[in-house]
Amino acid sequence: MTTTYEPNKVLSNEEFKVVGTRPIRPDGADKVTGRAQYGADYNPADLLYAKVLRSPHAHARIKSINVSKAESLKGVLAVVTGADTIAPKKGESADFGLGPQPMKYLRDNAIATDKVLYQGHAVAAVAAQDVHTAEEAVNLIEVEYEVLEPVLTAPEAMAKTAPILHPDLTTDEFGNSNVADHFQHKMGDIDKGFAEADVIVEREFDTATVHQGYIEPCNVTALWNDDDRIHVWLSTQGPFQYRDALALALDIPQSRVKVTPMEIGGGFGGKFPLYHELAAVLLSRKTRRPVKIVMTRAEVFGGTGPTSGSNVKVKMGATKDGRIVAAKTELRFEAGAYPGSPVGAAGMTSFAAYDIPNVIVDGYDVVVNKPKAGAYRAPGAPNAAFGIEQVIDELSKEIGVDPVEFRLQNCAKEGTRRADGPIHPKVGGIETLEALRDHDHYQSPLTPAKNGGKVGRGVAFGFWFNAGLQSTATISVNGDGTVNLVEGSPDIGGSRASISMQAAEVLGISADEVKPKVADTDSIGFSFGTGGSRTTFATGWAAYEAANDVKSQLIERAATIWGVDPNSVEMEEGVLRSKTDTELSMTFKELSAQLNDTGGPIIGRGSVNPAGVGGAFAANIVDTEIDPETGKVDILRFTMVQDAGKAIHPSYVEGQMQGASVQGIGWALNEEYYYSEKGTIDNSSFLDYRMPTSLDLPMIDTVIVEVANPGHPYGVRGVGEVSLITPQAGIANAITDAVGVRLESMPMKPSVVLDAINNQG
Amino acid sequence: MNSIDYIRPTTVDEAVSLLAKYKEKARVLAGGTDLIVQMRGGRYQLDAVIDGKHIEELNQLTYSKENGLVIGAAVPCHKIYGDENIASAYPGIMDSATLIGGIQIQGRASLGGNLMNAAPSADAIPALIAHNAVANIVGANGTRSVPVEDICSGPGRTTLDTGEILVSISVPAPSKGFGARYIRFIPRNEMDIAVAGAGVSVQLKNGKIEAARVALSSVAPTPLFVENAGNSLVGKEPSDENIQAAANLAKEAATPITDMRGTVEFRKHLCEVLTRRALHTAVERAREEN
Repeated sequence: MTTTYEPNKVLSNEEFKVVGTRPIRPDGADKVTGRAQYGADYNPADLLYAKVLRSPHAHARIKSINVSKAESLKGVLAVVTGADTIAPKKGESADFGLGPQPMKYLRDNAIATDKVLYQGHAVAAVAAQDVHTAEEAVNLIEVEYEVLEPVLTAPEAMAKTAPILHPDLTTDEFGNSNVADHFQHKMGDIDKGFAEADVIVEREFDTATVHQGYIEPCNVTALWNDDDRIHVWLSTQGPFQYRDALALALDIPQSRVKVTPMEIGGGFGGKFPLYHELAAVLLSRKTRRPVKIVMTRAEVFGGTGPTSGSNVKVKMGATKDGRIVAAKTELRFEAGAYPGSPVGAAGMTSFAAYDIPNVIVDGYDVVVNKPKAGAYRAPGAPNAAFGIEQVIDELSKEIGVDPVEFRLQNCAKEGTRRADGPIHPKVGGIETLEALRDHDHYQSPLTPAKNGGKVGRGVAFGFWFNAGLQSTATISVNGDGTVNLVEGSPDIGGSRASISMQAAEVLGISADEVKPKVADTDSIGFSFGTGGSRTTFATGWAAYEAANDVKSQLIERAATIWGVDPNSVEMEEGVLRSKTDTELSMTFKELSAQLNDTGGPIIGRGSVNPAGVGGAFAANIVDTEIDPETGKVDILRFTMVQDAGKAIHPSYVEGQMQGASVQGIGWALNEEYYYSEKGTIDNSSFLDYRMPTSLDLPMIDTVIVEVANPGHPYGVRGVGEVSLITPQAGIANAITDAVGVRLESMPMKPSVVLDAINNQG
Repeated sequence: MNSIDYIRPTTVDEAVSLLAKYKEKARVLAGGTDLIVQMRGGRYQLDAVIDGKHIEELNQLTYSKENGLVIGAAVPCHKIYGDENIASAYPGIMDSATLIGGIQIQGRASLGGNLMNAAPSADAIPALIAHNAVANIVGANGTRSVPVEDICSGPGRTTLDTGEILVSISVPAPSKGFGARYIRFIPRNEMDIAVAGAGVSVQLKNGKIEAARVALSSVAPTPLFVENAGNSLVGKEPSDENIQAAANLAKEAATPITDMRGTVEFRKHLCEVLTRRALHTAVERAREEN
């Protein structure tokens, strides 16, 4: 274990007063004292508690549902089933971060109507005066199922004989099948590329379904008021998407739904979709009282959206002088019960970190009897990178070149075309790899074994495009020279701080003089959810625009007070002054006290839909120790390097990088949905779904590279996701380095590693 | 969930009469680290929980070189490993007490509870077997003492009759040349359930093994006492070959299942590795005692 701390590598030339510093977070006091209000803390008057009845079967037809016993239990107020939902209109869709999905599927996923398609699929819900009565009542609901054969992996679901999940799901290529989509990205001449190659490596990889593992279970409180307006309080990443989807599901105007996002205990992409919220709203419609549902951990595993298990074939060729000339992949992703896996993003990013002339990417979106996939931090990219980065490692070994130098030689840069079309703008891939190569970790010998095992080192490299999308912010000036900032992006990773700091920089005030608030959907303009590493980039930009709006009004006001031309007044570092008359000067604080009497309060507004999204690169080094007798892998040293563009609050950037690294380590080593043959989950608890504990981890060293994004006022890229792409492959490469075998499936749990060692040539 | 009675007796007799009243609809609460979780998970439909933490005999913790160790059934792990004399005299039990759950769990979890929970994966039971521990049980018909290896009869089931309560566990005082060890394999480094575990002890005399005991966890319907593995070492030197032979016997004795924690093959393999490693450490400890 190492506890050294490397200073950030700063490659941006611009220096700022607030941006790039590490102030105390605005939500800190409430969080450490327990006063912060999470969804489960919200208990309005007349509250009812609800429980959801979930399918015990992975695949079954619902023949009948009898709720009469549940309804007649003392203390039960209402029961809802799929029959209480409204059939969505054809063509309606909603987007929860993985592209638009048909409302019919979203509705059926929220409450099953004709078939249950996974264990944990919601079938009915009961509202009662207390949670114990609700629990008792759901067990009194009688559901008659015709149990059908389940299918659990993409290759199995693509077989001609596979059971079909959706009789209405068809494609031109496959007819009625479990394949919801097939796409291909093509560049150059793949056959010519492989003909030029001196070395070709071809392998096939499998990865298991994994969950985001957020600590706070999903929760919702819904009120269908007597004026037919609906108010929903919940833990969500996307309150506006959520509002719009609920309105569609209920066939009512958006304006009748108000969503209040509560504090979030983790989301990672998994807190976008509609889950039990529709049931809560329908129960409130029947009772006209607020209805609350809080999932158990087992319900979180079984009834929310994890990320896809996948089957990934990779074939790559390189010349003896270290040039990758051809790359081919086939990505088969489990969408879960309804179409919409992250295979699209996986296809777009799979070879995007490299400059390869001849590429073919095939992606298949395949439905299986598992929970509908949700987004998870760089959705899809880690699955593809697990295979591709191992093949690249193997190519570098066969050619006999250092794996970092090999990646540097083939690295994508400004002007490189991705196989899916776009050309990279200014990006920091080279700088990221150089920082990795020059880091003390890479320059040091292998970390010695702690327990007498075999030690190895691996590296991996990844690209993620990040998102832009719409955000709004308003700023109002207080009489004491501070400002209130209202925005619509739930704060999962410290974004209230990073957004406030961008406004503070414009106004020349300190970070703690900006008071940020994440508002409900009635109180701020549309803002796309917190995901895609977009919030500090886009909502920060909206705050920057709002602050500049305030600034120009302050200049006008000062000019009015002084009786001069506004064009002759400037505001720098929080001081307004005349460009021509040195006598005329006042601080922002002095002016703010005069606003009410000199024309009234000032508010600023900002709304953006930015185009200049900056893609981000990450690379990591990892030293592992393997016990050759048990197959257990320990992480001895771990360093993550990431291009942030500009780190607004470096501590939170480091936190993102460390958090993603830890999730990657868990995904690599032990995390998986362990399914029985019947398609039921055997390990839906944190005891047996093994996320790493603090004793399983070394200090995660971080290096922030700053290659400013020209598409953002402060050069911000996005920092929330890209560091999850590389740890899995990095660890696999380290295992290979230690014991000489390739790991072709995740998780690389002890029994899998031991089998690989024992089956070695 | 129905409402249940929570009762806090202060004497063993009172507890026994409550158990007689509620029969199988009651469970005794010690640390609660298994029972409460299982109740929430719907494993029992109980009418009563009988809290044993306020009964003097269930809270006793006494040790002397002459009489050995008596651990009340409700004594939490941290009290056991917090006593330096006990910790140095009972190394195998200490291994178990310090790795059950995590530090917070050890503040509540008891070895008696671990034994009565009768999980195949119980971390305390193989070490107790290795240390020749005996369970002291009281029921309406009086008191009886049973070797720990005869307590578990299946997953979550014991040989106690309905109405009986575990009061304490007695462990003989180790003599010179005694060494013990419990190790388990888990994929993580804490907060996990054993994929397999091995609790062993050796008694050395004049460089040879006078007695040895081997017990395994997570590889049978109950914690498994592998008598022949220990006996195979008696009268022999603690050489690599002899220890390997005993480890192979442990592997042969294991009858595990495949589940989310491991496969049959992996678990059998681990029995060999863990027994071998545990025996080597136990021998080292025994030599340190000389």
